[in-house]
Amino acid sequence: MNLVMIGLEIHAQITALKSKLFCSCYGNYRNLRPNTNICEICSGLPGTLPIINKKAIEYATMTSVALGCKVPDKIMFYRKNYFYPDLPKNFQITQYNVYGFSSIGADGLFELDDSKKIRITRVQLEEDPGRIAYSEEGMNVRNSALVDYNRAGAALIEIVTEPDFNDPKEVRLFLNKLTLTLEHIGVCDTLLEGAVRCDVNVSMKGGNKVEIKNVNSFKEVEKAINYEVTRQTSMYNRNLKIEYETRHWDDRKKITFKARSKEEEHDYRYFPEPDIPVIVLGNNFVSTLKGYMPELPNERFNRYVSNYKLTEHTSNILINDKKLADFFESCVKIYFSPVEIANVLITDLKSFIDNDSESTDYLSNMKVKPEHLAELVKLIEGNKISRITAKDILIKIAERGVSPSEVLNSTNSFKIVDEKTLKDAIDTVFDNETSAVNDARNNPEAINYLLGKVMKFTKGRADPKIAASLINIKLRKSEN
Amino acid sequence: MGHLHDLLAYEVVEGIKSQQFTAEQYVGSIIKRIEDVDSKLHSFITVDSEGALSSAKIIDRKIKEKEDIGSLPGVTIGIKDNISTKGIRTTCASKILEGYVPSYDATVIRKLKENGAIILGKLNLDEFGMGSTTEYSSFHSTHNPWNLDYVPGGSSGGSGAAVAAGECTVSLGSDTGGSIRCPASFCSVVGVKPTYGRVSRYGLISYANSLEQIGPICRSVKDAVMIMNIISGKDIMDNTSTQSTPIAIQSKLGKLNIAIIKELINGSDHDVTRTVYSASEKFKDIGYSCEEVSIKNLDYALPSYYTLASAEASSNLARYDNIRYGFDFPIEEYKWDTYFSNVRKNFGQEVKRRILIGSYVLSSGYYSKYYLKARMLRSLLKLELLKLFNKYDLLIGPTMPILPFKIGEKIDDPFKMYLIDINTVLANLAGIPAISIPVGFSNGLPIGLQIMAAPFQEQKLIDASLALEDTIDIQRRPNSI
Repeated sequence: MNLVMIGLEIHAQITALKSKLFCSCYGNYRNLRPNTNICEICSGLPGTLPIINKKAIEYATMTSVALGCKVPDKIMFYRKNYFYPDLPKNFQITQYNVYGFSSIGADGLFELDDSKKIRITRVQLEEDPGRIAYSEEGMNVRNSALVDYNRAGAALIEIVTEPDFNDPKEVRLFLNKLTLTLEHIGVCDTLLEGAVRCDVNVSMKGGNKVEIKNVNSFKEVEKAINYEVTRQTSMYNRNLKIEYETRHWDDRKKITFKARSKEEEHDYRYFPEPDIPVIVLGNNFVSTLKGYMPELPNERFNRYVSNYKLTEHTSNILINDKKLADFFESCVKIYFSPVEIANVLITDLKSFIDNDSESTDYLSNMKVKPEHLAELVKLIEGNKISRITAKDILIKIAERGVSPSEVLNSTNSFKIVDEKTLKDAIDTVFDNETSAVNDARNNPEAINYLLGKVMKFTKGRADPKIAASLINIKLRKSEN
Repeated sequence: MGHLHDLLAYEVVEGIKSQQFTAEQYVGSIIKRIEDVDSKLHSFITVDSEGALSSAKIIDRKIKEKEDIGSLPGVTIGIKDNISTKGIRTTCASKILEGYVPSYDATVIRKLKENGAIILGKLNLDEFGMGSTTEYSSFHSTHNPWNLDYVPGGSSGGSGAAVAAGECTVSLGSDTGGSIRCPASFCSVVGVKPTYGRVSRYGLISYANSLEQIGPICRSVKDAVMIMNIISGKDIMDNTSTQSTPIAIQSKLGKLNIAIIKELINGSDHDVTRTVYSASEKFKDIGYSCEEVSIKNLDYALPSYYTLASAEASSNLARYDNIRYGFDFPIEEYKWDTYFSNVRKNFGQEVKRRILIGSYVLSSGYYSKYYLKARMLRSLLKLELLKLFNKYDLLIGPTMPILPFKIGEKIDDPFKMYLIDINTVLANLAGIPAISIPVGFSNGLPIGLQIMAAPFQEQKLIDASLALEDTIDIQRRPNSI
């Protein structure tokens, strides 16, 4: 395959904001009746002026910092002029990097893995347009379309990368890491419908750049790129020229298709937005913000490895699922035993919630609470219950939402450490497993088999250490 | 006492507060006046008699019940029809907004209402404020009360004519390149263009955001001060607004240093020059110092102004696509791919011209050649003016270089029309305050003096204007109406 170059233009809504970018309408426009979340400002009525949402500037700055961008001490807004029915003012207030002014973030570098970094061209703050609803039959039949301005004016962060990706898999890795970063800053809930969108440009060595618009979820991005690479490769092989063009991604057919040519001919006539004076962030703005900026995924990783002594593998599993990592830390705060808590979370808890569903918020809907898990681990470490019992108890907590001790009291599941009880159990096993007992005299491996039987007989409650030594003693005794 | 409709704002407030007459009586006399003369003047686009009378009744009731009535009870205000008034049609004198009724009040309107002022109706203008004669209104031309064959100036021509003719106590205009001062000069009334940012623009329908301000047009300087003090101030709805100190009627600033701008005097009609010189002599008589100065970069003012104003306008006016509001139209006639261009045919010639110029100077390849250069020239000019204010308190000259002219006389030559804005655009480019006050007549046609000051030095403008108003004895009421 020829060298592929891929660049991304990502739009992430600042879903964390209560209000829109320039007015006090709800930032969360979802599930509202059309055109009820609008006011004079966001519907662009004559005479209205944009009032900048300061929180949005903070979130955009944090995003810029997380992507390794420079944040200037002054920022400006620009108007991008174009006609479209979903754009109330027929211009979009956005940012523009020109004539010494930069957008809120510029010239960033984001680590993909140990061997590769992606250059971030810019991060900018801008307003979302409304949405057009076409009737099922399409424009040609009805000769009309409906516009919903509920979304108009919602705050967007645009992230533009250099064409540094050479493989769709790198794009996937990047988007995963980016999602995680946005979640950690708390700027964007990427799982909300329409919260992230992506434009992709794909070019092959010797070919023109092709822009794919309309990719409305990160999951589709890799598919769109794969389709486009295949399409361009086959054109290349047949000696067909790859035109510079804009294409759209069709979600249902999973193909890209050529956009109407008019859409490529825009001259946006950018100029500084006169209604928003230059915003002076000041020299201390970024350093102050860093002071209360949430921890980023890589910082969290370092802390898990060095402070909690977790393995890199375990740390990654936790951090790649932010809500799981948050749950983990709540547990650690109650009872400090990070390694054991991580083990129970990853091997036991995750094993039965994974099948559950792809629900976005499975942890907060779950009946197991951090205090339950912390108590459970404390019981394990205090040698009060075995790890096998622990898993059973966890299932019961998940069913009933009661504390581990309540489960223990009602089921009598404490670990058996009493030698007399254990000896009785071992005797029974030895009676039933005579051939295994014989094997065990010559083969130490077989001892584990007997121990397993003892554990099974005691329903997992036997203390495995004591049981193992009692088995050894009994084997040696019966030899003589 | 003469006619009620001849009273100045502070006389109206006194009369109503002391119950010499009721607000209802006063508003009734104003409405009668409009009925009598507006068929000749055509100052108004919309008159809200019913609303005005019911507001007047509320004030009368409040006075009876000794409730708070604010500082402008019963003062009737005509509003330039590019300032949003809740529930009253706001057209910008454009067909494209023929059916638009705002759902909110501009900040200035809210403040005036809170102070008991009565919104009388909406006044004529050049479409979207683009013009200097009010002939570019899509509805009708307004006539000058001093001579009905002549233009009242523009773009706030309705605001100038209505105040001069006693159709309202005071009016609000907006000034992007002289649109308050030009009609104030042509109609022999007082017009103030405040410092950029002193008055909230929230609700003013934008023509060129970085240049324009709302301001009062009145029959006395004192009236202008009253209105200025109500409408000024920081507004959370306007990022470009700033807090300022109120203007006093009797300040203690004392004698001021004045400079006459030589080029503006030399470039004017003979009678205008003579009258302005005689006004400057009056300043000397009261002890002000008065010299002549030059502005080096004056030639850049008009090109810079028209480039920037048109650029901003081309973007501001993009929203008028008749999708959300506008005018009645048969939906079937429009096709998806020609919709925008069809709808926007409803703009008038001058508006279309400026949209075209503005789109051109912003388009790629021309941005730095025109728009950016114009911005740089604007900065240069601003710097030069501010430097002059280190030495002088005030800069003066004629408001308009020529006398009012006949309706239709210049309409065919847009370039000549642009040239008459040369004296006024300076204050908009520099963001500084300026006032036009009546100083004389030539063959019955008014002449105005323009005074400019450093940013937020409105007090100096007012001090000088009050002093001059006291010493100049000229006719205050037009005979022709």
